[in-house]
Amino acid sequence: MMKLDTKYSSVAMAIHWLAALMIFCVIVMGVYMTGLQMSPTRLKLYNWHKWVGITILAISCVRLLWRATHRPPTDLPTPGWQRRAAHAAHWVMYALFFAVPLAGWAYSSASGYPVVVFGVLLLPDLVAPDKPLALALKSVHAGLALALGAVIALHLVAVAKHQFFNRDRILSRMVPRAFEGRT
Amino acid sequence: MKNRLRIGVIACALVGAGSAMAQKLEPAQSEIAFTFRQMGVPVEGRFTKFSGQFAFDPKKPEAGKVALRIDTGSARFGSAETDGEAVKSDWFNVAKFPQASLESMAIKAAGPGKYELAGKLNIKGTARDVQVPVTLAKSGALTIATGAFAIKRLEFKIGEGDWSDTSMVANEVQVKFKLALSGIAAL
Repeated sequence: MMKLDTKYSSVAMAIHWLAALMIFCVIVMGVYMTGLQMSPTRLKLYNWHKWVGITILAISCVRLLWRATHRPPTDLPTPGWQRRAAHAAHWVMYALFFAVPLAGWAYSSASGYPVVVFGVLLLPDLVAPDKPLALALKSVHAGLALALGAVIALHLVAVAKHQFFNRDRILSRMVPRAFEGRT
Repeated sequence: MKNRLRIGVIACALVGAGSAMAQKLEPAQSEIAFTFRQMGVPVEGRFTKFSGQFAFDPKKPEAGKVALRIDTGSARFGSAETDGEAVKSDWFNVAKFPQASLESMAIKAAGPGKYELAGKLNIKGTARDVQVPVTLAKSGALTIATGAFAIKRLEFKIGEGDWSDTSMVANEVQVKFKLALSGIAAL
């Protein structure tokens, strides 16, 4: 029972780190590719970006389901406002895990380019092709992605604060025992 | 009116029985579109400027002649960026090859309202034989010719250099057309 209270489940850890890696890659690609001139590289990056984004969306569905059916470890003893802020930040991140890829998918649909995951799985269009709508959705997608980046930054700062100032070994909650070392 | 009719009759006689009065392509009701895949994503484009010359009697397809000219600079994809890319030398090279053409060499009947056109397709300075199935249907005063055929873009050097990678832009391009013609005799 003690184990459940101080550590996330191994499934939750796996999803967390996989999603973290993919979200980092997808944001870097997104920022880089939009500045490129038309080229095969740009075309590739746009498609990879969409494939990773849709994979994040799919993983987030599994993640939400897992979160709804499993208890995370108990909160660290921190002031109430910090605990509330941490929970709020987590729910905002969850919401954005869905909102950012969905907005991107809709943006692609509105631009007249259906999403074909891994070049084989054709996804239905979320909206009909429409130029003004595509422009609006582009801003929505970028804005939400920026918001997600900001909340993730806050998340990292909070982890660093706990790990290095409070020294409450917060990282060990999300790291498998085998990798724990000095956390 | 009478005069014009007489001229028409004389013209008919001169050109030969069957090829009736002037046959014209009506661009406003016509469409030439093409589809290809970019990393699995279907992309559609269309040509907005083209013209044609026709001398075709549905009853005597063998004697028919068809020539289409397409302005390669008029390819539109629904994105200004792609439109601007298509004119470049790697793609249509519009500066050097402003027009593509299709000229019939032989036309034969292939069932009621259906024809098989063997022609030369010339794009970007390369000519290739193509087989084009065509279906004709009357729509009021117009005759609508529809059909589709596939070409391989690399045979015409469309998409050179880095763009010749077919894992990114597929080699096969589906061409679809709907041509509204006036002056074609009854089917």
